[in-house]
Amino acid sequence: MFEFLENLGKATRSSFAKLGRSTLFLGHTLTGIGDVIPRPNLLIKQIYSVGVLSFLIITISGLFVGMVLGLQGFYTLSDFGAEESLGVMVAASLVRELGPVVSALLFAGRAGSALTAEIGLMKATEQLSGMEMMAVDPVKRIISPRFLAGFISTPLLAALFSAVGVIGGHLVGVGMLGVDDGAFWAQMQANIDFQQDIINGVIKSIVFGFVVSWIALFEGYDAIPTAEGVSRATTRTVVNSAFSILGLDFILTALMFGDI
Amino acid sequence: MANSESLEKNIVSIKNLSFSRGSRKIFDDISLDIERGKVTAIMGPSGTGKTTLLKLIGGQLSPDHGQIHVDGQNVHRLKSKDLFNLRKRMGMLFQSGALLTDMNVFDNVAFPLREHTNLPESMIRTLVLMKLHAVGLRGARNLMPSELSGGMARRVALARAIALDPLMIMYDEPFTGQDPISMGALVHLIKSLNVALGLTSIIVSHDVQETAAIADYIYVLSEGKIVGQGTPQQLAESDSKWVQQFMNGNADGPVPFQYPAPDYLDDLLASH
Repeated sequence: MFEFLENLGKATRSSFAKLGRSTLFLGHTLTGIGDVIPRPNLLIKQIYSVGVLSFLIITISGLFVGMVLGLQGFYTLSDFGAEESLGVMVAASLVRELGPVVSALLFAGRAGSALTAEIGLMKATEQLSGMEMMAVDPVKRIISPRFLAGFISTPLLAALFSAVGVIGGHLVGVGMLGVDDGAFWAQMQANIDFQQDIINGVIKSIVFGFVVSWIALFEGYDAIPTAEGVSRATTRTVVNSAFSILGLDFILTALMFGDI
Repeated sequence: MANSESLEKNIVSIKNLSFSRGSRKIFDDISLDIERGKVTAIMGPSGTGKTTLLKLIGGQLSPDHGQIHVDGQNVHRLKSKDLFNLRKRMGMLFQSGALLTDMNVFDNVAFPLREHTNLPESMIRTLVLMKLHAVGLRGARNLMPSELSGGMARRVALARAIALDPLMIMYDEPFTGQDPISMGALVHLIKSLNVALGLTSIIVSHDVQETAAIADYIYVLSEGKIVGQGTPQQLAESDSKWVQQFMNGNADGPVPFQYPAPDYLDDLLASH
């Protein structure tokens, strides 16, 4: 019993300590962003590696998600004779929920894990320590550009995901199942609200990008610098990011669309 | 405070340093001085905290007690901006080389110059080629770190460490895992750079022969204390059994071959 309490106390203490470290780390990273702006090359390189290289996975996933939405939506809506609303159904699901959430989950898996492994290995091979000894702050030089790149890339990737998803829905709904082309677009245009749907979706993906980049970079920076430590940190990045994205999605949805 | 005479003579001055990791005491009240322009070696068995000592000198770790002055400045009292300025005058060669793996050899050596100076690219090119030439790797400028052998990586790291023309260089186990030719090249480089650039070198190592060949002064550490010091000649003639065991590489002596364990026979016969 005492042992249980002792372990519980230790675990609580260490998770609070980690929370504290991660907050300090975030503060340090954010102050470093000022130094990134005069050196756009650092940022562009990172946007390429976390953003541009995620294009393919986002596009293909978006297309399939849109196609499935078109298919499922059609079967459900046709029971009520409301196939014409397929466009708005597909677009609303994508822009409000699936675009930001699924693209952030994919981003965490594709780019977040890579960031953690990269930073963890840089730590294990003394590159970060070496930089400190060269009087270069590794957080400002290495972490801040990656953070900013993640933060910029996620909303763009979410937008791409939603756009490709709508095309996927159109392919299936209009191309294969015979929904009227004009009705598909007209209903979508009439019912998707810029403020309510699109802006809220963008806000979500900005929040997810911030959180996933923070988790991925912190886990790498805080990793135990061994092969096992880095592999655990990479796992934690994906798991914690997924939890955070889904949990935050509920909170944000409740705040934006609910009356809670 | 270090007085001006010793400041003139010693670039690093460590006074009553104690440091522990958890409950393990790594240094217990040690004091040592490192003279300007000399090659000073810090030797001792693995796990005596030699690398830790370099990190303390470089301000990456803070001591529990005691002071470390580098070039007259108390390292652990400095603000981070002043510490960074001091570090520009210290080079450090890590055991692994610590090259940035996403850049080629040229960009690695250019890295500190690009970060800390506003020199035009043509000037940086000249400087980098000079530094690379000094370590014999001017022809390897386009290789990536993954394409280098261990010895070459260390030489590139050395070129990078001297890029900003530091006052001193700290070498962390420079000879570990080197073949005889790379080893010979490194020994020669460390000594010749020290003379040619008027550097001060601190070598942390347990390779007795190579280190003794180039060191002007040696400190031998064990279990958190300095157990011997002097010129290589003096240490070779030392009558301390411990120093003799270390310098001659005997398996048994004051440092026992066996890790402390219960009685051998009792241990073997102990029932499960």
